Amino acid sequence: NSELFTLTYGALVTQLCKDYENDEDVNKQLDKMGYNIGVRLIEDFLARSNVGRCHDFRETADVIAKIAFKMYLGITPSVTNWSPGGDEFSLILENNPLVDFVELPDNHSSLIYSNLLCGVLRGALEMVQMAVDVKFVQDTLKGDSVTEIRMKFIRRIEDNLPAGEE
Amino acid sequence: VGHAVLAINGAEVNGRFTADGKDVLEFLSNPANYPVSIRFGRHRLSSNEKLMLASMFHSLFAIGSQLSPEVGSSGIEMLETDTFKLHCFQTLTGIKFVVLADPRQAGIDALLRKIYEIYSDFALKNPFYSLEMPIRCELFDQNLKLALEVAEKAGPFGPGS
Repeated sequence: NSELFTLTYGALVTQLCKDYENDEDVNKQLDKMGYNIGVRLIEDFLARSNVGRCHDFRETADVIAKIAFKMYLGITPSVTNWSPGGDEFSLILENNPLVDFVELPDNHSSLIYSNLLCGVLRGALEMVQMAVDVKFVQDTLKGDSVTEIRMKFIRRIEDNLPAGEE
Repeated sequence: VGHAVLAINGAEVNGRFTADGKDVLEFLSNPANYPVSIRFGRHRLSSNEKLMLASMFHSLFAIGSQLSPEVGSSGIEMLETDTFKLHCFQTLTGIKFVVLADPRQAGIDALLRKIYEIYSDFALKNPFYSLEMPIRCELFDQNLKLALEVAEKAGPFGPGS
């Protein structure tokens, strides 16, 4: 039963809108909050799912879509639109539990309602030494047919490599 | 050698005094207090000592994996002495869980994984716990204690035997 979750997220977003008055700032806050969640969530994910280190970005994409999303949101987005270099892909979400019953009003047209998710993905991957860029490129809230999250691999984070991983 | 008095008649002892201010040596020299049960053991490490030893181990771990003749070494997983075994589990995020146990104790791998779960639940999901700080969360301590008791009961043959 995810109603309480949807309502809680909604309450969070509307409160941020009241606090920050402009959509850009709200988007930034959502990303930041998501990041703080992501750096903690990754440990829960690793502890419970027992997944080993991914050997390439394709494996990472599969793990995110088929295991992580399933575990935490109960959905399995599809992985598509790979860039020729294999460093960018899209997650297509048919439905997004965060936006059940939500309609975006006209005065919040640049609000990225589910931006928390981008922060979560960014934070979680950073803890396993991957710097990525995550953003929404399609959003059912804005009239698109699907919700599409684009993930781009930027670089491997070398400074905090666990010993033995060079 | 190296052992100290940890408890008298069940009451914990700190240095020369018990929790309620009794002087241990005085208490022991009064025959009216006999019979008395005394628990001896090694001193528990202080928080600072633990931090120091942990950072030393962290460096040794790094050196260990660099020295390895094989590529992609997992680092120091176990250190064995005749009085104890040190087990270490490093997560993909670089966190190390270290358990010091009796050399004959089995089931430590499972215990390390369980501790990872307890950490991700009671430390990380506590919004008031800041990352990288010492963990002072009661639920974490309670659940950790439970897990240790389960592992200890299992004894030298592992759980389920």
